[in-house]
Amino acid sequence: MSRRFLNVRIITHKLAGPRGSGASPMLERLLPLSDPVVTSALILLLAFPAGGQPEAAPRVQPQEVTLLNVSYDPTREFYVEINAAFARHWKQRTGQTVSVRQSHGGSGKQARSVIDGLEADVVTLALAYDIDAIAEQSGLIARDWQNRLPHHSAPYTSTIVFLVRRGNPKGIKDWEDLLRPGVSVITPNPKTSGGARWNYLAAWGYALRRYGGDENRAEELVRALFRNVPVLDSGARGSMTTFAQREVGDVLLSWENEALLAVREFGKAGLEIVLPSVSILAEPPVAVVDKVVAAHGTRSVAEAYLEFLYSPEGQDLAGKHFYRPRDEAAARRYQDQFPQLTLFTVDEMFGGWAEAQRKHFDDGGVFDRIYQPGR
Amino acid sequence: MSAIGAISGVQPGVAGSAALTEPRWVRASAIAVMLLFIGCFLVVPLAAVFVQALERGLGAYAAALVEPDALAAIRLTLLTAAITVPLNLVFGVAAAWGIAKFDFPGKSVLITLIDLPFAVSPVISGLLYVLLFGLHGWLGPWAAEHGIRIIFAVPGIVLATLFVTFPFVARELIPLMEAQGTDEEQAALALGAGGWQTFFRVTLPNIKWGLLYGVILCDARAMGEFGAVSVVSGHIRGQTNTMPLHVEILYNEYNFGAAFAVASLLAMLALVTLGLKAVVEVRSRRQLAEALRQRGREGEA
Repeated sequence: MSRRFLNVRIITHKLAGPRGSGASPMLERLLPLSDPVVTSALILLLAFPAGGQPEAAPRVQPQEVTLLNVSYDPTREFYVEINAAFARHWKQRTGQTVSVRQSHGGSGKQARSVIDGLEADVVTLALAYDIDAIAEQSGLIARDWQNRLPHHSAPYTSTIVFLVRRGNPKGIKDWEDLLRPGVSVITPNPKTSGGARWNYLAAWGYALRRYGGDENRAEELVRALFRNVPVLDSGARGSMTTFAQREVGDVLLSWENEALLAVREFGKAGLEIVLPSVSILAEPPVAVVDKVVAAHGTRSVAEAYLEFLYSPEGQDLAGKHFYRPRDEAAARRYQDQFPQLTLFTVDEMFGGWAEAQRKHFDDGGVFDRIYQPGR
Repeated sequence: MSAIGAISGVQPGVAGSAALTEPRWVRASAIAVMLLFIGCFLVVPLAAVFVQALERGLGAYAAALVEPDALAAIRLTLLTAAITVPLNLVFGVAAAWGIAKFDFPGKSVLITLIDLPFAVSPVISGLLYVLLFGLHGWLGPWAAEHGIRIIFAVPGIVLATLFVTFPFVARELIPLMEAQGTDEEQAALALGAGGWQTFFRVTLPNIKWGLLYGVILCDARAMGEFGAVSVVSGHIRGQTNTMPLHVEILYNEYNFGAAFAVASLLAMLALVTLGLKAVVEVRSRRQLAEALRQRGREGEA
């Protein structure tokens, strides 16, 4: 079109300039609006801003407050209920409407995001080390955070169990069974996943107990275990999906709460829980992010939110979502779901998280030495 | 003249001779292999998405799409595309114009820079912005002091998407504009047209279909980008989740029906894009052929 237009002009108006000679509207030349396809393409493009506009409207109204809870993978369903219950509780107490937003991912990755500036009012992570890392690397949280709430700021606990396929075809009973050739073990990557670090330390602690504290035998056992691991996902949910949905592996090392949830969700797929003779007491901690609540003016509601986790209602919801409650009344209510087993803590077996992290999981630590992919 | 010869003479010749030299069974099996391949790797997975999405019925499907977090994700995805596509359209045209119509030192460096987002992994594109605007990054402390949120908020998502979709328009236009040359612009300028007038009357109409094609590709990627956006998003439900991230979240929550419902919506956007692309491709080829015919007639005259 345009070329013909130009050519005609060149031929017929050799002496006159093109300026002002029968110029039709620019847009029409650019895009033939009569064409239905082009018109719909234009409508599609023009529709975008309209779709985006509601986002720009101010969200926070007076009498309304928003919290961001940055959490780890398996707590999704639990915090959906906690947030609704806390909103009712807070409304009753203060008349204020609170909405809690959630962000989930591998515990280490989430801590990293908070350090990089994700404005979490509270963090509810998989292990104390990740909150320590936020405190140390960014100073957003006071270093004594663990003393601010009961039970070292861990309102609920869990442990590490085995999840196997229906009928336990490989006859998995205890940690040593995971070392047998031909047994494929699924666990996430201890570098990024809190649950995976609990898995690893549970195996290590078992070996220490079994072999009278011999570190070399423990390393041998964990090395043999990881030789049976075909794939490391980055988080507990990824590993669960690999095991339950994609049906890779014979046994999944899993949070007890995740295992119980999976047995319920994948009931017809046929999964069974196997309790090892000894496991680790996993204590997922919570903390208010001091500098963020100071900037948002949300300290009182954030503190109340974490205290609510210790309340009878919060503890009951923890039990309902397969976390072992600290509160004795709630623990009794859910005792059938949580069989007694011998549990050791990180403090007694490894001298605390800082020490365990430094020795096993930091770059150049024991895990790097024993796990070489592709072998 | 030679251009006309190339188009009218060679094309049918190739098609005809190829059809005659190969035995029938070779042709049939080649087509069968191709159809099998397309069926296994494209049609079946695509169909599976829709089957999974509708497994629990239309009601559950609709419910998954109008759920507030899903709506927020759809809105954010469309908003991101609405900002990045026009910006990349302007950048892309400007870059292609500069590269195709002018000679200057450092031209090849500029072309390499434009290709950079194609070459680096999207995860690295995302991390770039974390390094830049993170709380401990180069500009992060300054932004935090002034209350500006970039990463883990909408601006970061837009920036990351802008980066990964940057080459599409420019890459589409550079070969086209180079092939078209500068003759017509020079003619227009010689006849007294101003710079903008030349651009809007001569250059832009010449590249409109190529431009639209680039915009469609850019738009498809902007809505579908996962890696870079995942790094800078912070994954706050209802706030910084785009559609691809929302699909992952739903999937991880064992909410497979809803995950596939949102995935099917993304797939439908892709199919619409593909349809538009096909039409635009035909148009753009027709435009080129017409232009070449014009040039041929001009030559005869």
